[in-house]
Amino acid sequence: MSNYIPVLLFLVAVLGLTGLMMAMVIFLGPKRSNPDKELPFETGSAPSPGDARERYPVHFYLVAILFIVFDIEIAFMYPWAVKFRQLGLFGLVEMLVFAAILMFGWFYIIKRGALKWK
Amino acid sequence: MSIIQIIISAIYLVGMIGFISVFALVAIWLERKVSAHVQDRLGPMETGGWHGWSQTIADMLKLLLKEDVVPDAADKPLFKLAPYIAFTGSLAAFAVLPMSANLIGTDLNIGIYYLIAVSSLVTISIIMAGWASNNKWSLFGAMRAASQMLNYEIPVALSLLVPILIVGSLSMQELVGAQAGGFWNWTIFGAHLGGGSFLLLPFTILAFVIYFWSSLAEVNRTPFDLPEGESEIIGFQVEYSAMRFAMFYLTEFANMFLVSGVAVALFLGGWHAPLPFLEISPETSILFHNLIGLGWFVLKAMILVVIQMWLRWTLPRLRVDQLMHICWKVFIPFSLANVLVVSLLAVLQS
Repeated sequence: MSNYIPVLLFLVAVLGLTGLMMAMVIFLGPKRSNPDKELPFETGSAPSPGDARERYPVHFYLVAILFIVFDIEIAFMYPWAVKFRQLGLFGLVEMLVFAAILMFGWFYIIKRGALKWK
Repeated sequence: MSIIQIIISAIYLVGMIGFISVFALVAIWLERKVSAHVQDRLGPMETGGWHGWSQTIADMLKLLLKEDVVPDAADKPLFKLAPYIAFTGSLAAFAVLPMSANLIGTDLNIGIYYLIAVSSLVTISIIMAGWASNNKWSLFGAMRAASQMLNYEIPVALSLLVPILIVGSLSMQELVGAQAGGFWNWTIFGAHLGGGSFLLLPFTILAFVIYFWSSLAEVNRTPFDLPEGESEIIGFQVEYSAMRFAMFYLTEFANMFLVSGVAVALFLGGWHAPLPFLEISPETSILFHNLIGLGWFVLKAMILVVIQMWLRWTLPRLRVDQLMHICWKVFIPFSLANVLVVSLLAVLQS
């Protein structure tokens, strides 16, 4: 685990540096606030009515769910890739079966039109 | 790990932060010059004398002196936290990037896995920034960024599997070390398996091409710059000003170097010279061995960075549906098939 100490140090150093730069802005920058400056910026025109945090197309959720499936597959493939010489033909057949099931799902989502963007 | 080793790596990491900052300043200037020359202009010429070399230094000083505006409607804690996460996520990945034989923050045994994991933090920060701003255009940009950066992580991770299969390790230094002794040993030419028969050449080149194109989407560069399409929605950082905006900008350029560095380390021989006699052996001088290695690494990475800039100013932007089409119907099946074919050939040969 001691290999990870530099990672921790690095995170602390980067956070410290970012905080320092932000603090510099507080001391150096002007503070001249007015109500117009606090409005949402929409390239000069008056902000469009309504809240920004509304519903948006379901496609975004769909690709997020599809992503999780494939991401977990990759999490399985990395340890296999390191050890596949020792696993040999057996490991390869296992991975082919795994990939075949996954690609079946991939064909299914394409046939259902989940990836058709209108 | 002893105290001395930890102190050395701490010094190295502080130097690394300095290197990334200097790189970002140079790269922003270079980007403006490349874009200008592609468009038959001159770009910045006034500030600092020779070809406006200090233009970005002046820009950074200007950003430091600007007012830090936080919109009233914004979710203030999230809004302020987002640049921290973006910058930390991007720079944390540099801790395992092998700049030279001994110049590496820490050579984790799961190095490349760690790198892929922490660089996804940038996606979270972009969603945070877009959502917290409470601006319609920011939210559009953030949603585009989320779907694009998440999806393109799959072809990136799948194409990086090919060098890992060939070398059989996740440690960055072992992945680089296997490519020693001239450019014909680099993973992109696939010579390790089958004793230099170059049977894998088409598959390793395909993996490299898929990695490079997908990494353009990961760092939101043209032709995949929809999250910040400046001529249509401006992007997730539209409400950010002063240093907070500069943090996102620095993150983008740090990420450009990061994805180029990963491509160099895994496919293009890392810090090894293209020809063996261009290196100095560690027995002669450990210092010069490292310095020459660093030079080769930075040179190769800079070539890829300039190619990214060149593509940005040459290609038009894709539409969201075209983006998804390329990712799900071209890159993912091809990179998965590529991994399986490479492993099949490797098993058949052994």
